[in-house]
Amino acid sequence: MMKPVFRIAAGGAMVLACGLVGSQAMADAGREAMITSSCFSCHSIDATGNMPNLVGYPRDLMISQMQMFSNGSRPSTIMDRIARGYSEADYVVMADYFATIEQ
Amino acid sequence: MTDLTRRSFLKAAGIGGMTLAAGWTAAARSSEKAHVVVVGGGSGGATAAKYVKRFAPEMQVTLIEPKATYHTCYGSNWVLGGHATMDDIEQTYGALKERHGVNVVQDTVTEVDPERRTVTTAGGATMNYDRLIMSPGIDFRYGAVPGITEADAERVPHAWKAGEQTVLLRRQLEAMPDGGVFVIVAPGNPFRCPPGPYERASMAAHYFKQAKPRSKILILDNKENFSKQGLFMAGWDEHYGDMIEWLPSSEGGQVEEIDVATLTAYSDGGFGEFKADVLNYIPPQQAGVIAQRSGLTGDGLWCPVDGKTFESTIHAGIYVIGDSCVAGAMPKSGHSANNQGKVAAVAVIRDLAGLEPETASTANTCYSLITPDHAISVAGVYAYQDGDIVSVEGAGGVSPAHAPAPIRRMEAIYTKGWYTGIVGDIWG
Ligand SMILES: Cc1cc2nc3c(=O)[nH]c(=O)nc-3n(C[C@H](O)[C@H](O)[C@H](O)COP(=O)(O)OP(=O)(O)OC[C@H]3O[C@@H](n4cnc5c(N)ncnc54)[C@H](O)[C@@H]3O)c2cc1C
Repeated sequence: MMKPVFRIAAGGAMVLACGLVGSQAMADAGREAMITSSCFSCHSIDATGNMPNLVGYPRDLMISQMQMFSNGSRPSTIMDRIARGYSEADYVVMADYFATIEQ
Repeated sequence: MTDLTRRSFLKAAGIGGMTLAAGWTAAARSSEKAHVVVVGGGSGGATAAKYVKRFAPEMQVTLIEPKATYHTCYGSNWVLGGHATMDDIEQTYGALKERHGVNVVQDTVTEVDPERRTVTTAGGATMNYDRLIMSPGIDFRYGAVPGITEADAERVPHAWKAGEQTVLLRRQLEAMPDGGVFVIVAPGNPFRCPPGPYERASMAAHYFKQAKPRSKILILDNKENFSKQGLFMAGWDEHYGDMIEWLPSSEGGQVEEIDVATLTAYSDGGFGEFKADVLNYIPPQQAGVIAQRSGLTGDGLWCPVDGKTFESTIHAGIYVIGDSCVAGAMPKSGHSANNQGKVAAVAVIRDLAGLEPETASTANTCYSLITPDHAISVAGVYAYQDGDIVSVEGAGGVSPAHAPAPIRRMEAIYTKGWYTGIVGDIWG
């Protein structure tokens, strides 16, 4: 069976066979995958619902917003309580990821 | 969209680093043909099936679920309150099949053989699995209170699994005369959806206030306090006056017997006698029957798991998520089940690839409506620490007390947004 081919948007365009990509996904599916996919529970990747859409969100803005939620300088109903559960390094993981995905 | 989504997740998984360890490729090769079977297409199971496919598209994933349509418990209290319909809370499996490549089988698992790694279904099929993820939800312990059995659920609905039971309870509330008493019997901890009984009382009050304002709601509780208690009680005062009354176990709330014929609940050795016009008995609970039958509960009522991966500590190769498992500080909620589904997906994929387990990171959010324009929430972020799942210190907690109406209204808007978002994440 022919394997479908996907293009990876990140870090320059690469074309890889699905099997290989999948295997690498397997090798690397880890904390980053858990943290970022956790956001999708409310902020749907398909931008359904009325929560702010994170897909393509500017990287530095994401980091600063998470910092501001965490220290209370940006008022919110719930994100302050959530942002405080993650580290600065986690904010960077989220920001790097959301900035590179597309709708 | 599918391709974009996959691409996104592959990126999330950290593709780009091209160094491969020797020996790794072989492990990955063998896992390419791996078969992951998921039992239960609810909040936890549907998420797990979808995310295994997203993180590792070449894996074969089979989801076994008896129902063709699933009604979410979340939102079912809104149906009772009369401002949502059953259609609004109905989910189906089309996207899992067509968009994500999950093999959805409509059947019930009747037996799990952890040694031979097979599951058998009511339909007579036997299936091999390499890894099994189970999310069968809860079942009820009707034996706990004399006088009522599962066969009485038509007359005394639990409405703690959404569907026909929700419709039944709504009909009973509609048929209740003005001035009637709606009695909710709430279980002790732990149980599915800690704020659920109190949101239910709020939504019934919202309906009664418009349709039968002389009615009363009485909550007989098998515990001394409950989730978001201060916020619920302040909201009840503000919107419903003294329509809702709550009795803790120490004040006669602990129901010891029920007379189904007269819809009467008894406590304190018969000293407390509460006659209802509509009686909603929410029985104490335990892990879904199939989890027990598979030996996954050990000597207890729930399934012990490794808090890092959600793998059963009783049977290797089986991961238990959602309401059925013991998940440390995480409440039994749809949001928890959804997050656990992602953790189990990562854990299964890594295990099949021969990689070290990754440490779980999860979150939970539970919104409750007090009126359609007044919502409160509780949130938590969780980490794995010293063998347990604990709340990250300094994070989480409940909505502020004494917030102005616009904040409560904003949370009500986000309640609906949360619903749309999470059902999209699970079944979309
Ligand atoms: C009134 C109410 C309100 C709630 N509100 C919220 C809320 O606002 N937010 C929130 O996060 N959570 C809420 N919850 C909780 C939430 O519904 C549950 O915690 C969540 O659904 C648990 O997910 P699960 O996968 O463990 O179980 P379920 O979602 O119940 O899924 C279990 C599935 O397994 C299937 N199954 C069982 N046995 C078998 C078998 N032998 N073979 C095959 N399939 C099987 C069942 O058919 C079912 O579809 C609420 C619950 C209630 C009752």
